[in-house]
Amino acid sequence: MADANTAEYYDYDVVVIGAGGSGLRAAIAAHEAGARTAVVCKSLLGKAHTVMAEGGAAAAMGNVWPEDTWQVHFRDTMRGGKMLNNWRMAQVHAQEAPARVYELEEWGALFDRTPDGKISQRDFGGHRYARLAHIGDRTGLEMIRTLQQRTVELGIDVFMECTVTRLLKDGDRISGAFGYWRETGSFIRFTAPAVVLATGGIGRSWTVTSNSWEYSGDGHALALWAGGSLINMEFVQFHPTGMVWPPSVKGILITESVRGEGGVLRNSDGKRFMFDYIPEFFKAETADNEEEADAWYADHINNRRPPELLPRDEVARAINSEIKAGRGSPHGGVFLDISTRRSAEDIKRRLPSMYHQFKELGDVDITKEPMEVAPTCHYVMGGIEVDADTQASIVPGLYAAGEVSGGMHGSNRLGGNSLSDLLVFGRRAGENAASYVASLSTRPRVSDVDVQAATDEAVEPFANPGSENPFAVMKDLQEHMQALVGIIRKQDELERALKEIERLKERAKNVSVQGTGRGYNPGWHTALDLRSMLTVSECVARAALERKESRGGHTRDDYPGTDPEWGKLNLVLRERRGSIDINRQPLPQMPDELKALFEEGK
Amino acid sequence: MGYDLRMRIWRGDASGGDFASYAVPVEEGEVVLDAIHRLQAEQAPDLAVRWNCKAGKCGSCSAEINGKPRLMCMTRLSTFDPTETITVTPMRTFPVIRDLVTDVTFNYEKAREVPAFTPPHSNEDGKFRMQQVDVERGQEFRKCIECFLCQNTCHVIRDHEENKPAFAGPRFFIRYAELDMHPLDTLDRRKMAQNDEGLGYCNITKCCTEVCPEGIHITDNGIIPLKERVVDTKYDPVFLGLRIGRRKDRRVVGPAGGSGPSPIKRPGGVQPGVAVPVPPRPATVGATAAASTPGSSVAATALAPAPPRTPTTAVDKVAAGSSTALDTAKTALPAVGAAAGIGFLAWAIRRSRRK
Repeated sequence: MADANTAEYYDYDVVVIGAGGSGLRAAIAAHEAGARTAVVCKSLLGKAHTVMAEGGAAAAMGNVWPEDTWQVHFRDTMRGGKMLNNWRMAQVHAQEAPARVYELEEWGALFDRTPDGKISQRDFGGHRYARLAHIGDRTGLEMIRTLQQRTVELGIDVFMECTVTRLLKDGDRISGAFGYWRETGSFIRFTAPAVVLATGGIGRSWTVTSNSWEYSGDGHALALWAGGSLINMEFVQFHPTGMVWPPSVKGILITESVRGEGGVLRNSDGKRFMFDYIPEFFKAETADNEEEADAWYADHINNRRPPELLPRDEVARAINSEIKAGRGSPHGGVFLDISTRRSAEDIKRRLPSMYHQFKELGDVDITKEPMEVAPTCHYVMGGIEVDADTQASIVPGLYAAGEVSGGMHGSNRLGGNSLSDLLVFGRRAGENAASYVASLSTRPRVSDVDVQAATDEAVEPFANPGSENPFAVMKDLQEHMQALVGIIRKQDELERALKEIERLKERAKNVSVQGTGRGYNPGWHTALDLRSMLTVSECVARAALERKESRGGHTRDDYPGTDPEWGKLNLVLRERRGSIDINRQPLPQMPDELKALFEEGK
Repeated sequence: MGYDLRMRIWRGDASGGDFASYAVPVEEGEVVLDAIHRLQAEQAPDLAVRWNCKAGKCGSCSAEINGKPRLMCMTRLSTFDPTETITVTPMRTFPVIRDLVTDVTFNYEKAREVPAFTPPHSNEDGKFRMQQVDVERGQEFRKCIECFLCQNTCHVIRDHEENKPAFAGPRFFIRYAELDMHPLDTLDRRKMAQNDEGLGYCNITKCCTEVCPEGIHITDNGIIPLKERVVDTKYDPVFLGLRIGRRKDRRVVGPAGGSGPSPIKRPGGVQPGVAVPVPPRPATVGATAAASTPGSSVAATALAPAPPRTPTTAVDKVAAGSSTALDTAKTALPAVGAAAGIGFLAWAIRRSRRK
């Protein structure tokens, strides 16, 4: 070995970064299109965040309600996102989702069934019909296992526990990626004309979150540093129902399926408070009394949906208000009750992992007593700006799919639309990356200077004489984001957040890493992750400060209303000379035949 | 109520290590992983540990707590006496990388040996029909979160490195069982489970079932039915007598395909600074790329001029030659055809090698 810092060198056509649902689906697609493909992931294969998705994948298959079509799904998605979605992505998604689900079944996924043997579908917030293909409440696990097994079957190369820290470019085109093996700390460089980012979200920057350590916004930051643009970054989804007690599990997700299966939200007075929070926008389609709401489960046609199944942003805000008004539960949440709504046997069969999770971690038997819940940071609607049909970013050769891409979900994502999003756009990103590589007449080259710069940057924390502990800086960032850039935002708090982020950036420069070396050194890993976390946090705070209205996953205390003028604009962020630029960009306009879908009143 | 938890944690790497003692402040309701995280943040920033979901769904944080294989995120501190010292060690069956992190590649290599689900026909437009009662059998096994605690516990490989090549372990026996019970699967894997994966080594002590954090009845619902299915055809009692005293040499099981490097890449697999040529690949059928018509994707791989590398095989040399030809006449259909032919040839050669 020449030098401990010399990178291993691999050559591929398409390198996919991230091995969750979208990454694996992209890799399968690129491989099938003939590209030499590799998947690179920070964890072991099969551990990515998709594993935690519970409810299901939304696809208008019409197995339970034949009335369901892609048009209805499209309309639900757009309305759920408060019309800020990229209409073309929402359309493609609604049209292609059923085929992607069937494909999973062909690869071995075992979905729950309807009595006539078709894939069963369940109700979820914001979806007019029961639409979520599911496997109990562990749909994500089934999905990732199926895709993982398909990846292995096809013999696609997998680089496990390998973190990418920089994208490499030749002129303005992508030429590869640089990273390190977590296990040894040795460096690795990929030469590849196309990179698909499928790195997921950014939720690690908040204290109360359903996201794991992997969600440090790597893909968002990598794209930004490589000249890409981010869109809709102000919209962060706080899932209405996270666990609140015991403290160690605060934020861990409770699936929306609990409400889809009939669960109701109550405050400390025992009142089903959601009836008090039905917004004008959804009045026509939401039940205003308990009788109608309860009747809806059996008859969707003649009854309106219960308010517990409003889109997530509405429910999260309502819970937040109840807690603030002093009508919360003992540990600072509200009550989510399924025990009085379904039989114990039903609950154990339909929500097995929820039953297990509460029993094991909270000493709560959900078949006998209510759960305590409060909102938790869950998903970022914003992400890399991509072409709606090809998932190509503005950087030639750079593609993005899944949570790391933006536009599809507008200002708020409906539950269940994420798993289908992964499949639909993962496939498209993989295929288009492969065909982009095929269309090239010359392959971009990796410059040794760039590799050296990336290496120096990565080892810097070891040489740093500073005394900052990376874990302490991360903890402070999480606390500031939680307090100042949470569900409800204000101008002065956002301004303070930006100042704090600047201060944290300075501290991050002084982070030093102790320990025996680079091999599996979590302190070093955290020091490197901090860079993406700070970059992405700044993007969220800047965009949130800029958008002076409330919409979906962005609620401004000082601008509580929805402003139609803002409804015509996306905020687009780019990095120029080390600082973040914000631009207002008009929303793409949908064609008249799609507009007509929104004019039929209900 | 908070208290100072006393912990002994194994620290070290492949070259050796020892226990280190710590006192960690902990709070009510916390789990072992919380204590480890606090330790990492405040006292030992280089303490290596794997984790992801913190809710028992991903199976990353497997370790041995007081000698018992457990998920650290699902082991509540309230199950211990506050005065007790908790000992945490890495899984014993797998080689240590550092501290609590082990090299679980064994499992990923075994996964490659299982022949995938083989449906009778395509599922275009959702043609598959299955009954809930039928899918539920397989669903139990698909609850597996691949924490590999069952593999870690299994005495066939726990202290018997020599058995590893011939034994897939409980995790993969339930994978076989799951495929076997899939209502639409058409492939018979019984022989393979017995001959190649070492199903016979299992003497159903049920240790795997006991440690499964998902409560899967690995032995009762998976391994035993699988053994029964194997026995049904393999050991016909009439001929059993003929077999006594005879034993064929066991075939050594290599990675699936038998040839070529593993697609599961590990650090240090190649010389730093030297390009690793990944051979061009023919397209699989059924590529649906809007932009690429069938056949052209084969040419596509050849069309994108490969980076400078020395052709290593005869097939590579031909492919390299044809890519130059294609550069000059990209629209020449015969050349595309030739490239497709070569692609097919490469594929056929690789196929035959595999056999």
